[in-house]
Amino acid sequence: MPILPQVFAELEPFADWVLPSERDRFAKRLASSMDELQAFYDAAFPRLEDGVEYLKGVPIEGIAEQDRNLLWLFSSLVTVSFPVEVWRQPRVPDSGASSIDVVVEPVP
Amino acid sequence: MAHFTKPAEGSWTEHFGLATEPVVYDDSTSPEFYELERDAIFRRTWLNVGRVEQLPRKGSYFTKELDAARTAVLVVRDMDDEVRSYHNMCRHRGNKLVWQDYPREETQGVCRQFTCKYHGWRYDLQGNLTFVQQEDEFFNLDKSNFGLAPVRTDVWEGFVFVTLDPDAPPLREYMGRLGAGIEGYPFHLMTQKHTYRAEVGSNWKLFIDAFVEFYHAPVLHAKQATEEESRKLQSFGYEALAYDIDGPHAMVSSWGGMSPPKDLGMVKPIDRVLRSGLFGPWDAPDIGALPSGLNPSGHPAWGLDSYLFFPNFMILIWKPNWYLTYHYWPTSHHTHVFETSLYFVPPANAYERLEQELAVVTFKEFGLQDGNTLEATQMMIETGAVREFPLCDQEVMLRHLHRTCRQYVADHQGGPTRTTVRVSAAS
Ligand code: FES
Ligand SMILES: [Fe+2]
Repeated sequence: MPILPQVFAELEPFADWVLPSERDRFAKRLASSMDELQAFYDAAFPRLEDGVEYLKGVPIEGIAEQDRNLLWLFSSLVTVSFPVEVWRQPRVPDSGASSIDVVVEPVP
Repeated sequence: MAHFTKPAEGSWTEHFGLATEPVVYDDSTSPEFYELERDAIFRRTWLNVGRVEQLPRKGSYFTKELDAARTAVLVVRDMDDEVRSYHNMCRHRGNKLVWQDYPREETQGVCRQFTCKYHGWRYDLQGNLTFVQQEDEFFNLDKSNFGLAPVRTDVWEGFVFVTLDPDAPPLREYMGRLGAGIEGYPFHLMTQKHTYRAEVGSNWKLFIDAFVEFYHAPVLHAKQATEEESRKLQSFGYEALAYDIDGPHAMVSSWGGMSPPKDLGMVKPIDRVLRSGLFGPWDAPDIGALPSGLNPSGHPAWGLDSYLFFPNFMILIWKPNWYLTYHYWPTSHHTHVFETSLYFVPPANAYERLEQELAVVTFKEFGLQDGNTLEATQMMIETGAVREFPLCDQEVMLRHLHRTCRQYVADHQGGPTRTTVRVSAAS
């Protein structure tokens, strides 16, 4: 059974980025090398425009599992965007040991 | 060079009758001063502990640790739909009444009655003691004398407040002119909530300092923008559209051309595709007319208004029709718990959910930088090597905050006869 909707099948190799909590997405970012973040970004970003069009047609109410997985995958793309697009490092510059953790978040 | 008009006095600081001398920061380093603040400020003001949406049904409750006010409260919607609060404490031998696993962790739920974990005493939602285990073993125990100790509670625009001061003015009066100016904002429509929490190694006021001035933004957050853009931002610097002060409360109104930005080159590629970013989703939901207090200067470049409701509650209302709150809960003179909640109109589709996610995550990246800087500041001001710091006109709200704290403490020390603290513009 594929994780993602058929039209996004090429992103199946990155299914480990399908994570429903921001806490887990952020933790995975910190645990990844820049090469890993870059590889994920390079595969997913070119499909984001299609993703936007697709997700616009997906009501939150009663969202199907594969559609929800796609939402979480692109949410992970959001999580890696600053490191890849701006900083070239997984951590926020000058953020040292400080952490801010999510305690309430909508599902989905 | 000034880009926006200042008051006739030449500066906001002088306009509000504040001194322009350097400010002594002993109020942020002294354990003794913090002890005074607990009684003079945190036990005497209205404290926001949450929102009514956290109490959706009769019997819904949540707990809140108020270490600075030397207590913890239990907030509940009773069977008559009234929001009530109690000290979260059993009347038998003082066990914390409602908690799960860890007594210091906050919790929430729905129930018909509260049962103490220790010996099983029970209380109804009105706080009445309804059941005592082996009641006939006690000596003339009149249950009506052992209800939960109530805490004064009121609701303003859906925000639930408590105060430990029986003589505090009514909440609406306390919120003053600045509160009145945003009454009617549709907070109740923005129920899509993301909450973050951090333990911060600084005095609570230092984090407020960081969020009531944007003078730092072009510098501290330079690495959030492309290099060329950040050079532009630094040379422009930061100026607010307007400031306002009423009693202990204050606000700053800011420009914000980022939603959408004038020039798409100013923002990251993903922002361009998702049409969202630090200032929120670019396509704002329709929420009708805004209350008159917002964008007080009426400037077309208006981006957000940040309110500080003394002592520790901030509301930021953003032009693209969403808002966020900050709370700073002191745990010692040099530590506090920071909480922020971002609230949106619930997304209709999965794309809107993703737009909001980008706004939330971007905000978190900035917050991480702000938080780390605070520890660096606390560390050095605690050395006492330098005690006085010059504050510029864009730091007028810091000046007012620290003065207000000193004034509450002085007023409290003034003796048992209470005078109402009014830090008016003229004083
Ligand atoms: S302390 Fe609560 S029942 Fe004894
Ligand atoms: Fe900041």
